[in-house]
Amino acid sequence: MWAWFHKWSSPRWFYQLSGRVLPWLAVLSLVSLVVGVIWGLAFVPPDYKQGNSFRIIYIHVPAAAVAMAGYLMMATAGAISLIWRIKLADMVVKCAAPIGAALTFLALVTGAIWGKPTWGTWWVWDARITSVLVLFFLYIGIIALYEAFDNKEAAGRASAILALVGAVNIPIIYWSVEWWYSLHQPASISFTGESSIHPEMLRPLMLTISGFYCFFGWVLLLQVRNEILHRERNTRWVRDLILQR
Amino acid sequence: MFFESFAALLAMDGHGPYVWSAYAITLATLIVLVVQPLAAKRRQLRELRGFLRRTEEQ
Amino acid sequence: MNLELCWLLLRRELLVSLRRRSDLANPLFFFLIVCALFPLGLGPSPALLAGMAPGILWIVALLSVLMASDGLFRADFDDGTLEQVLLSPVSLYLTSLLKVLAHWLLSGLPLTLLSPVLALMLHMPPEGIPALLASLGLGTLVLSFIAAIGAALTVGLKRGGVLLSLLVLPLFVPVLIFGSAAVQRAVQGMDSAAPLALLGAMAALFLVVAPLAIAGALRVSHDQ
Repeated sequence: MWAWFHKWSSPRWFYQLSGRVLPWLAVLSLVSLVVGVIWGLAFVPPDYKQGNSFRIIYIHVPAAAVAMAGYLMMATAGAISLIWRIKLADMVVKCAAPIGAALTFLALVTGAIWGKPTWGTWWVWDARITSVLVLFFLYIGIIALYEAFDNKEAAGRASAILALVGAVNIPIIYWSVEWWYSLHQPASISFTGESSIHPEMLRPLMLTISGFYCFFGWVLLLQVRNEILHRERNTRWVRDLILQR
Repeated sequence: MFFESFAALLAMDGHGPYVWSAYAITLATLIVLVVQPLAAKRRQLRELRGFLRRTEEQ
Repeated sequence: MNLELCWLLLRRELLVSLRRRSDLANPLFFFLIVCALFPLGLGPSPALLAGMAPGILWIVALLSVLMASDGLFRADFDDGTLEQVLLSPVSLYLTSLLKVLAHWLLSGLPLTLLSPVLALMLHMPPEGIPALLASLGLGTLVLSFIAAIGAALTVGLKRGGVLLSLLVLPLFVPVLIFGSAAVQRAVQGMDSAAPLALLGAMAALFLVVAPLAIAGALRVSHDQ
């Protein structure tokens, strides 16, 4: 187990193995995204309440789900980096933050666009939207902290600490926002239609959710591989790798 | 296909602009997310190759 | 645990801070001035101000804590005290914990004691004042711990200020929610025990957990 762990945490091994996984992830994510989106856009019947605007669900929900899971993944990498001092893990923290921020941004924007035809307004201070907004701020904080350091190794460890602190806070934030919303619940807007969603609408959603997960993995690997090449540029293996090309 | 024509697919009973703009923004963001690291890698490989060539000569 | 050592460390922090009086007074004046800006921006109507007072007081208190915490570790970092602390056999966990407690005693606590005056100036009904005192007392303690994590992460950087607020403000969200809700409920004649208990729980959690993060962050800042 430990030998396996150390092998994987060596940047060189990771570079080689991830190179083999990369094309599969790319194909998987592209195929499931394209199929899921076309299915959802053109073949699924519209929602009887919301009409066709519900088709935004096929990008909104996956973006939000992967943005949240991405933060947890990033915080786990942060913990690994701090406990075992594994450099690869803080590269993951550094690379995951901008991708997560972009997906959170997408979740917010598509949510706003969805909100206009269904609720008649672009923005609602609803519990879920507000917690996604705070998640976006948390991602921004990590990116800003990493960029502020000149020494990139210290930057990685600092971001790892911040990611962990954020992960401890996320349940509290999420719950406090729910509580806050229940205090000020406006009577007019409540839209909880998940239970009534038709199974036929659900199938393309499963596809696009898994597509977004694979996409996140794919882009993350691309970024981490670049970071490895950059940080290990003075080593023998990077040199051989470049010369044999 | 659920819609009768391609025009109906584009219009989506009036919800077309919302749905299509959401998908367009998503597509643009995803493309940027993929293209950016690919371009960075190409740039980095070029720089590293140049650097190695210069050091090999010495 | 060695209580004498704790008392020594706490006394040292208090003494050092008390020697720089202006650093202690500035966040309080900030609190006062920003609260005075709200009637100028919103209009002097007592009814409007009374409705917004719990939120205004809480947000401005939160910003004052943020301002006060910016330089929390800077002096120690610049003059080499931090290095001595890192080398000393005393655990960094303990010194960070006491440092934040001392800081709260000289910033959060005075701010809490000042708040009733501002509450009256903003026409907040006096029924809310006990809840205001309790929520700010507990809440500023939590805020100090969270802000200290941010201050420890940014202490080695040339540009602190805005970056610190980016890191820390999102983490302040639950405290703001529970704190202002406690005051609002008290003003409306409802029981504010639940949000106060939640603030207390957060204070207990951060008292235990935050010094770990602060110690780790100080090590990173020192190593770079």
